[in-house]
Amino acid sequence: MLGRMRGTLSTKGSVGDKILRGLTLFAALLTIVTLVALGFQVIKGASLSFSTFGLGFITDSEWNPTAGKGEFGAWVMIYGTLVTSLSALTIALPIGVAIGLYLAELARRSVSRVVSPMVEMLAAVPSVVVGFWGLIVLAPIVSKHIEPFLHDHFGFIPLFGEPQTTGLSLFTASLILSIMILPIVASISRDLFLTVPREMKDGAEALGATHWEVVRGVDLPACAAGIASAALLALGRALGEAIAVAQVIGGGQKVATSLFLPGDTLASRLATQFPGAVSNLQISSLFYLGVILLIIGVGANLTAVWIARRFDYERKAA
Amino acid sequence: MNADDGLGVVDDVHEFPFDPASPLVASGNLRRRMIISAIARGVATFGAFLAVATLGVVLFAVISRGIGAIDWNFITGTPQTGGIGPSLVGTLIIVMMATAIAAPLGVLTALYTTEFAGDRIGAAVRLTLDMMNGLPTIIVGIFIYGLIVAGNHQSGFAAALALAVIMLPMIARTTQEALALVPGTLREGAEALGVGRWRVILGVLLPTVGGAILTATVLAAARVAGETAPQILVNLVSPNTYVLNPFADNAMPNVPVTIYQLSEAADPTGFQRAWGAALCLLTMILIANIVARTLHGRSMKKIESK
Repeated sequence: MLGRMRGTLSTKGSVGDKILRGLTLFAALLTIVTLVALGFQVIKGASLSFSTFGLGFITDSEWNPTAGKGEFGAWVMIYGTLVTSLSALTIALPIGVAIGLYLAELARRSVSRVVSPMVEMLAAVPSVVVGFWGLIVLAPIVSKHIEPFLHDHFGFIPLFGEPQTTGLSLFTASLILSIMILPIVASISRDLFLTVPREMKDGAEALGATHWEVVRGVDLPACAAGIASAALLALGRALGEAIAVAQVIGGGQKVATSLFLPGDTLASRLATQFPGAVSNLQISSLFYLGVILLIIGVGANLTAVWIARRFDYERKAA
Repeated sequence: MNADDGLGVVDDVHEFPFDPASPLVASGNLRRRMIISAIARGVATFGAFLAVATLGVVLFAVISRGIGAIDWNFITGTPQTGGIGPSLVGTLIIVMMATAIAAPLGVLTALYTTEFAGDRIGAAVRLTLDMMNGLPTIIVGIFIYGLIVAGNHQSGFAAALALAVIMLPMIARTTQEALALVPGTLREGAEALGVGRWRVILGVLLPTVGGAILTATVLAAARVAGETAPQILVNLVSPNTYVLNPFADNAMPNVPVTIYQLSEAADPTGFQRAWGAALCLLTMILIANIVARTLHGRSMKKIESK
């Protein structure tokens, strides 16, 4: 009797378990298959270009879709991607960390409760809207005021060359990107600073440290790894942003030594040329750009996750 | 210990013994340190001000320039009459379809990693989600292009599929985090009653984290509603009329692509419409965010109260 009962119970349970287990397993496998298929499609699309240009594609700075067969190389875009993303990070990282500090340490709760969502709202603005704003509102201001100012006062740095009239430049693209990644850095670093144990800060303050000395001596070292991870996540986001950059970067064809000249990024070139591509080789070369972007982007992102995990682990162990 | 390491100055104590009558005002090195601290505080506050000001400036530009374009005809009319009705409807259909694909898959994937998977497979799925989460969205665009658009045709369905790939890891990640927050006692209590695992999951876990899943879904939908990059590759050339069938053999008009096309077409009346479309899009997204924020507060309370 007892055996029978146990039998029925476990059968009922196990059938339901099996179905649910199967369903969830199916979804999980489908997720993995999607990612594998994605990698496969992107590489497959690039195969024609890869067999034509090989690895030389990466360092070639010629991109000429019209002339007969066409000549394609990625260097201008790789350069533009790195320059704009790193410039954006240079602007957004210190400001973002400062905002995180303000929200976690300085602001009263009532203020922080209003400002935090506003910073996050900045991330919710679609890139096409930020880019459109950059094109219509920001670019003229940049070309009339910011670029001449930087050129006049810091012109000895080769990055700040002669301003152009349009304001569509690597510099404007960097500004737009910095606006887009600022909320990422700010909200992650706010969460980080909130996890620093109160006793450590109290201890430093009891020793007579000023507010800034507590930040420099306790908060920043305790969160250094987390901030590095946030910076890489933000970098990954900046590298892959296509639309907003395409709207303001000006589509330059050369490796520009000055930030005030037009350029192009991998993602932006994909967005602007894919719809009007004239040959299979051009489409394939665009896929090749995608492969490069995929490798850089996923690399930055995985490093960020890896640092964060390690950091979390050290935190828990400590 | 020298005076510069910031934690105290003792050099002068012997020459100037403590005078209880002197006013309590910082001087010398302490004064310098407090000034530096005040500057740092000022910089941090200014940073926060800068972010809020940027949001304000962008919102102001969109509202002040877009509000003039918006009237009933703009919201319901077709492009021939200067409206963006087909784009609004298209965006709603595409986002709803993407959500219908991504939400169940995301929740089930998350359930698998937290409730069923062994360490190794669980780690593989988590790695997959991490990688998908950081994918540049334009790459998702060329993936879907290569998968179903190349040699075929653009469609609203292709766009929905691309957006679903972007949404899936967001929903799965948040669901995982919410499931991890559910107290173990709740699970043990249910299992101690001899309830099958699947009933514990469906009857106890999912209702507990339901609010969190809903929040994540609304946020992900709001995020992809403005996603332009993948749609340029798989859902660009659309007719000027309402397209209600996502499987039709032409693209489905949608708001982000409309804004992009108008912004590229250096035409002042087009710009006016682009600002109007941007205002509509932004309004939808901000409302979704506020809804999600309200839901989030409630659902967290629910999980914590258990």
